[in-house]
Amino acid sequence: MSVQQHTATTGNGHGHAHDGHGHHELPFWRKYIFSADHKVIGIQYGVTALVFLFFGFTLMMLMRWQLAYPGQPLPVFGKLLGETAMPGGVMAPEFYNQLGAMHGTIMVFLGVVPLAVGGFGNFVVPLQIGAPDMAFPRLNMASYWVFLPGCVLMVASFFLEGGAAQSGWTSYPPLSDIAPPGQTAWLFAMVLIITSSLLGSINFIVTIVQLRAKGLSFWRLPFFVHAQLVTAFLLLLAFPPLEAASVLQIMDRLAHTSFFLPSGLVVSGEPLKIAGGGNPLLWQHLFWFLAHPEVYVLILPAMGIVAEVIANNTRKPLWGYRLLVYSVVFLGFMSFIVWAHHMFMTGMGTTMSTFFQITTMIISIPSVIILTCFIMSLYGGNIRFTTPMLFATAFLPMFAIGGLTGLPLGLTASDIYLHDTFYVIGHFHYVVAPGTIFGLFAGVYYWYPKATGRKLNETLGKLHFWVSFVAINFIFMPMFFQGMAGLSRRLYDPTIYAHGRGVQALNVVISWGAWTLALAQIPFIINFFMSLKRGARVAENPWNATTLEWAAPSPPGHGNFLTEPVVYREPYEYSVPGQPNDYSPQFRAEA
Amino acid sequence: MDEKIYGWWLPPDVSVHGAKIDQLMSVLHWFMALLFIGWGIFFLYCLIRFRARPGHAALYTPVKAIATKYIEGFVLVVEIFLLFGLSTPVWLAYKNNVPDSAKALHVRLVAEQFAWNFQYPGKDGKFGKTDASFISADNPVGLDPEDAAGKDDLITVNNLHIPVGQPVMVDISSKDVIHSFNIPVLRVKQDTIPGQMIPVWFEATQPGHFELACAQLCGLGHYRMRGDVLIDTPEDFAKWQAENAPPPQEAPAAAAPEEKK
Repeated sequence: MSVQQHTATTGNGHGHAHDGHGHHELPFWRKYIFSADHKVIGIQYGVTALVFLFFGFTLMMLMRWQLAYPGQPLPVFGKLLGETAMPGGVMAPEFYNQLGAMHGTIMVFLGVVPLAVGGFGNFVVPLQIGAPDMAFPRLNMASYWVFLPGCVLMVASFFLEGGAAQSGWTSYPPLSDIAPPGQTAWLFAMVLIITSSLLGSINFIVTIVQLRAKGLSFWRLPFFVHAQLVTAFLLLLAFPPLEAASVLQIMDRLAHTSFFLPSGLVVSGEPLKIAGGGNPLLWQHLFWFLAHPEVYVLILPAMGIVAEVIANNTRKPLWGYRLLVYSVVFLGFMSFIVWAHHMFMTGMGTTMSTFFQITTMIISIPSVIILTCFIMSLYGGNIRFTTPMLFATAFLPMFAIGGLTGLPLGLTASDIYLHDTFYVIGHFHYVVAPGTIFGLFAGVYYWYPKATGRKLNETLGKLHFWVSFVAINFIFMPMFFQGMAGLSRRLYDPTIYAHGRGVQALNVVISWGAWTLALAQIPFIINFFMSLKRGARVAENPWNATTLEWAAPSPPGHGNFLTEPVVYREPYEYSVPGQPNDYSPQFRAEA
Repeated sequence: MDEKIYGWWLPPDVSVHGAKIDQLMSVLHWFMALLFIGWGIFFLYCLIRFRARPGHAALYTPVKAIATKYIEGFVLVVEIFLLFGLSTPVWLAYKNNVPDSAKALHVRLVAEQFAWNFQYPGKDGKFGKTDASFISADNPVGLDPEDAAGKDDLITVNNLHIPVGQPVMVDISSKDVIHSFNIPVLRVKQDTIPGQMIPVWFEATQPGHFELACAQLCGLGHYRMRGDVLIDTPEDFAKWQAENAPPPQEAPAAAAPEEKK
């Protein structure tokens, strides 16, 4: 505990509530803006990420107009976006490509990761391990303040000449090397954002290893903390290659090097004046070395949240807790050696492709085990269908669809046909949107009372859930049929192709699904703000939960706990026979 | 072009190697449906059977679930079968058992923003030399005007003519960015990587007029980088080649056949 006291004291510049020092107020800007408190930083990350999730979704809603009604002027909004982007209200192909690239980038790097890791990781992990703060609070603050300029730069690039990045979120060279200046902004923004996650990841690893409360052994950690620990290692080890690659691409663009450019390129009839001798596939290897573990950075924290919510709402211990932990650790390791399954169509040798095909099939096994554990956790429960539980429950079949549809893409022979079709879009969106994002919504509803001291409204929450759940399936399910019909992704006008015209009716369905999904977020937004003032007040433990964050006041003060928590038992001791309550918290000596 | 062949599932397969890919996809989707429906039924059963209600309590002791081990074992066995029984052999056969080059029709493809340039070797069966420095509006593949082997080469843009029943080998490359050569009905897809020449082969089983699509984002015109694939009977194909061959060489160029020897 001495380490903990020390870091907390030096890190925050003053003692925390329970060590006997006077608690003097920090000025507003130190308390809420440049704060070193993990809870404030968590909320900063969370709110920023929610804003960007909605912004990234808005970009997609614009694209959905063009896809449903190609070449028709967009009513009302079309005129507002200017003559360059939407001449006469009709979307320009360049603008469509910008929206596509920025939708992917924003949803992943400015939305889901910051919410899952920066938001929930920061807010919940120290509380769940009984620590007064992160190990390095100022590093934590630096992480957010490196991240935010990255986000601003990313979004501001829309206003550059030629617009924002438009070479896909994957930014494959040579296309990205010769793209307008928005691409340079994209690269610098990525450098900032990756630097920010590196700072964060080191902090998480040290915090989880060093600052656990007395009695909190690794096998007593909540599953969410295990998931965050594995995620932190992925961020630490997988993200630097893309940071390096981004610097190389910046060099290609600004210093006219040729890391990713081969000799003899002729663009628009003009030979490119470059040295040449580079290789565009180098970028793809570096990119996917990050971007495949990235998929697990998205999904693991969501799985962690789902585990917490399921245990709490089934009122029984998680089924196969240790198996779950072994599975996420194994997933973490395996995620480093599957990246080239994104590149089966680049002409790699059969030995390579067979290797990556095998590792890809192996990685599906722990995912199946995790899903099985979650479903078995429902068996024998006393299930309360609270709003967080609805989202967590829906995560299971949605993630199952996302996982299963990965099979035909991971197998080389079927990937020949399905690669780069809408099937891929359907597959990973099932993992990320109704999978991960539903998991994150479960987290918002579950921990909102801890962060604010008030509960979100259940009626609005259920309305939010049911409309979202139905609408989202109307968006992503039809994409599998479009993919089977052979429709390529990233097409500004799919009706150019006869096989695109065959599935054009589905594009109308998908677009209306997307707009309905947007409407479904209105009750959430109202709920989120209204409950700050009007939500039902709660005590420390409104969900009758067992993990350590529920020992702290709601909201927790500076330093988190009123008395130093001690852990007496496993994380999910619900419905222990012979006990008066159906929950036996980790932090109570008597059950 | 017959639009009716395109619906909400796989378009017809007109290739020799495609049947095995379709078979794999069919097995995969049945397996996925079986697993999902099986899981789904159990999942819904749990949600209804174990819902909170007065007088109902949760079970603290974990259930001994032998069935889950069997199910996980079943998934593992099916995946091993899919991997080593179906996908890998199909992939290896397609990638390694390349047809006899002597019997095949050879074509070269140089992709660009946003067009497909095909080069047929002509009567002599030899491709003329190409180099990026010769590329111009009239010479999209950069054919060397001095090279005799190139005099009879036939260049088509966005138009791939092939005969039925003869293997076609296309050496594909790109002059600017990455594109992807995708003919859905032939179950063919291969990225075109600038700086590399990658061989692709296929053999059509029936004549028809189909589509060539670009599958990799290549810029603002990616969506309209569409080509026609015209599969002819061998007779019609020979006729097309003869009709479209470059005009016979004038006197100054008559020396060309001799140079070849």
